[in-house]
Amino acid sequence: MTKQVTLTIDGIQIDVPDETLVVDAAKKAGIDIPVFCYHPKMEPVGMCRMCLVEIGRPMINRSTGQPVLNEDGQPTMQFMPKPETACTNLVSEGMVVLTQSESAKEAQKDIIEFLLTSHPLDCPICDKGGECPLQNLTMEHGPGKSRFLFDGKFKMEKQIRLGELIVLDRERCIICARCVRFQEEVAGQAVLAIDDRGRGSEIISVSEPGFDSVFSGNTTDICPVGALTTTDFRFGARPWELLSAASICGQCPVGCNITFNTRREAKSAGKVVIKRVMPRQNEQVNETWICDKGRFAYHYAKSKERLSKPLLRKDDKLKTTSWSSATKLVAEKLGEAGKDTIVLASGRLSNEDLFNLKSLADGLGGKAVLYTEMGGGDLVTQIGVGQGTNFSDMGQGDAIFVIASDLYEEAPIWWLRVKQAADRGAKLIVANSRETKLDKFANFVVRYSNGDEVKTVQDLGGTGKIAQAFSKADNAIVLFGSDGLGLEGSTHLATACANLLEETGHIGKANNGLIGVWPKANDQGAWELGFHPEPDLAAILKGKAVYIVGADPANDNPALAKALKKAKFVVVQDLFRTATAELADVILPAQTYTERDGTFTSGERRAQRFYAAVPGLGESKPDYAITSEIAEKLNIQLEGTSSVLVFEKLAASVKDFAGLSYAKLAEVTEQWPIVGRGDLYYGGSTYENTQGLGVQLVSASDRGETVSIPKVRNDAGLRPKKDELLAVPITKLYDRGTTVAPTEFLTERIGDVTIALHPEAAKKLGVEAGKRVKISFEDVEGEAVVKIDETISAGVALVPRSMGLAIREPVVIKVQ
Amino acid sequence: MLKELGRGLITTFKMLLESPVTIQYPEEKRPVRPRFRGRHVLKRYDNGLEKCIGCSLCAAACPADAIFVESAENTDEERYAPGERYASTYEINMLRCIFCGFCEDACPTEAIVLGANYELTFTNRRDAIYTKDSLLEAVPSPELLTPQKVEPGEYTRSIPEMEDPKL
Repeated sequence: MTKQVTLTIDGIQIDVPDETLVVDAAKKAGIDIPVFCYHPKMEPVGMCRMCLVEIGRPMINRSTGQPVLNEDGQPTMQFMPKPETACTNLVSEGMVVLTQSESAKEAQKDIIEFLLTSHPLDCPICDKGGECPLQNLTMEHGPGKSRFLFDGKFKMEKQIRLGELIVLDRERCIICARCVRFQEEVAGQAVLAIDDRGRGSEIISVSEPGFDSVFSGNTTDICPVGALTTTDFRFGARPWELLSAASICGQCPVGCNITFNTRREAKSAGKVVIKRVMPRQNEQVNETWICDKGRFAYHYAKSKERLSKPLLRKDDKLKTTSWSSATKLVAEKLGEAGKDTIVLASGRLSNEDLFNLKSLADGLGGKAVLYTEMGGGDLVTQIGVGQGTNFSDMGQGDAIFVIASDLYEEAPIWWLRVKQAADRGAKLIVANSRETKLDKFANFVVRYSNGDEVKTVQDLGGTGKIAQAFSKADNAIVLFGSDGLGLEGSTHLATACANLLEETGHIGKANNGLIGVWPKANDQGAWELGFHPEPDLAAILKGKAVYIVGADPANDNPALAKALKKAKFVVVQDLFRTATAELADVILPAQTYTERDGTFTSGERRAQRFYAAVPGLGESKPDYAITSEIAEKLNIQLEGTSSVLVFEKLAASVKDFAGLSYAKLAEVTEQWPIVGRGDLYYGGSTYENTQGLGVQLVSASDRGETVSIPKVRNDAGLRPKKDELLAVPITKLYDRGTTVAPTEFLTERIGDVTIALHPEAAKKLGVEAGKRVKISFEDVEGEAVVKIDETISAGVALVPRSMGLAIREPVVIKVQ
Repeated sequence: MLKELGRGLITTFKMLLESPVTIQYPEEKRPVRPRFRGRHVLKRYDNGLEKCIGCSLCAAACPADAIFVESAENTDEERYAPGERYASTYEINMLRCIFCGFCEDACPTEAIVLGANYELTFTNRRDAIYTKDSLLEAVPSPELLTPQKVEPGEYTRSIPEMEDPKL
């Protein structure tokens, strides 16, 4: 138990735990002590000396251990002869802190003057100008005049690309080492370092390629000057010119809270567009960080390739048409098909869209199918993590089990938070068929051969050392993914994980339960609303009327492309003219989630609200509105005028959403650390969350209801046979998906399609690293560049998803 | 009464002999004061490079929200202004402008100056938006036009060097 101590800061008395730093205690009391190098999420270093204050401690009589009292009966205070740093001193009982005393103010003023001796005064062209801690603190505490000669200023290099994403301006750097420490302490990837010493100190990248971390963008947020800026937003706009809209990242199931900064743009013909993405604080989801994919891969929304008008097939050509005639035809055809209607939707859509689509499918008696290659969401619905789950609360005594998922590539912020929980003492068990970046931080690494996933989970229910660590843990969370697995494999894996959690009693309470590392942002939401994947999709499409929303099956699977050609009627509702759209009879242009309101359900089953940031493109409409327009013509009553109405209906009819409303999702509570207010120097330029923290759905196990988990089938998955090469799908962070590829500067990170082989397998095939090989399996043919990976088994090859090779599940391939 | 009439006529005849005060605008233009605030001009350095670095401080200072600036990055191949940044779009809506001169005060490089031109007429609202081309100062010879191709490392700083403080 931590002890509470009472101290006085500038005359304000405050009670704080005894391990609090003076600077944090002051913050809690509403007093801002200026800082540059200190950051509430990192260990203090006391490098910048900006937080100098006078600290007095009561004089203690050593023989009695009691404070020495003065004539007035008050404790006698002992002050150090010089001011001390508030960021490295812990509070103590009876402490008196003076932040406004003559000597403290003088010290702060001198530090500012000193920092500015070699700082270039190029605020007008600096991207940080306007939200710059150094600028603000200079205005507040600076002397206003410098005694140093301009001729003596240090001239350093102004434009160093630390990677394709981050630019360093050495002249502006004040060597606070926040970026270096972030990479080391928070991200656990020491790719930055300080070179040289004294005034010659400079930040360098020590990785190849430069600044090789998917969290690199965060360093630009916490940089207290304009030394680190992003290439994406370089000279994009001044911060005060930007408008902001709260949103949720749509790239992965973590559901990071973000803020879209928007502004009119000349090259987009004066339209309002998104200029940058900033993290928005949610201590239960993403704290104050976001990954680079979320930060940079937003350009698809303004892509010129977007669909803006409905298209209708006439004489085998797609021609623009009006909304009324397009929806009329769709309604007519879906009505004719009735029970033979299939609604195929992906987890890219919002809860509102999916609810309307499901209602339409139900109204027609058709089938609502989730387009995904990962199963097990119905189990997460039952035993998903309990209400109040927060990775930040996990530490000593808890366990986290990650299986078949490369979190770093699939859900970077979960990777970060799981890693931090492990740093705090939580037992981390990582099981995968290959080495992943999380292994380094794991207490136990389990390496299984492909096909043994279920067995690996079942072993954890045994009596081994690892099994004990898991079952004896106070709290335990299981994260399962689809690394090396298809729909069938991941469904079995999820079942095994669910059984394990139920047996060990790790369900129905906070920080316990199952999390699916889904490929799409709202896959969990789709499961909650009753969408299920279909094991053999190609077989059921024949002769049906298919309504495909936000999915591109024809591109992902040649068999599905063939099947779609045999379908009776195909309507595609999407952002782009995809391969599937080319096969459609009607194409309906949808809006991106940045253009409308809605909600997503994250992998942790947190329903979170996003708001419209930019106006819709052309004639495009929100998905839920299009669906309701079609439904109206079929006499099925759905809400379509506003997402709030759809959500009200949803909350009234889906049990786990009961009692939720947009107002409830928009509720906020005080969060620590306090960020994003006037004092950007404290927590960085992360936005404060004033638009809602979201609500975690209550699961059946939370309510204490009995859950029904099927017994897992023990048949192992596909294994490599002798003289065969089994390719398994893996997920890459930067892939060629429709939401990533339009961001041009990521092309280098996306790279070429690769195939990872064991050195032995490569030798056998007579290929070496970097060589292009021809790959064929089922009816897919393609090329890939060979990569050598010693951590995989010899009979297995790793092929990334969404990179041009249509791999969905483990498959035997031929390599030439 | 005759006396008054005579006095009036004296004035009349005196004026007949004097040169008229009427200025024959538009053939003839009335001179303006040195600190007159007329239409804006975007200045250039002697070498032709634009003084404007696209910092948008003029737009921030503008009480009428008449200025819209967008900036982009200079390269040594295509250099518009010294330093890293230049204004790729610069627009002033003259219908909004109140000619207060705050933009001039805010400019860190003395790029925008309110000139002597007061002849601003438009036949539609769109014409009232002056673009960068119309605001930029003319160059004496065409090789000074921007963008220029320059030697690498020659123009690395946006803000002109400052004088040392006088002690």
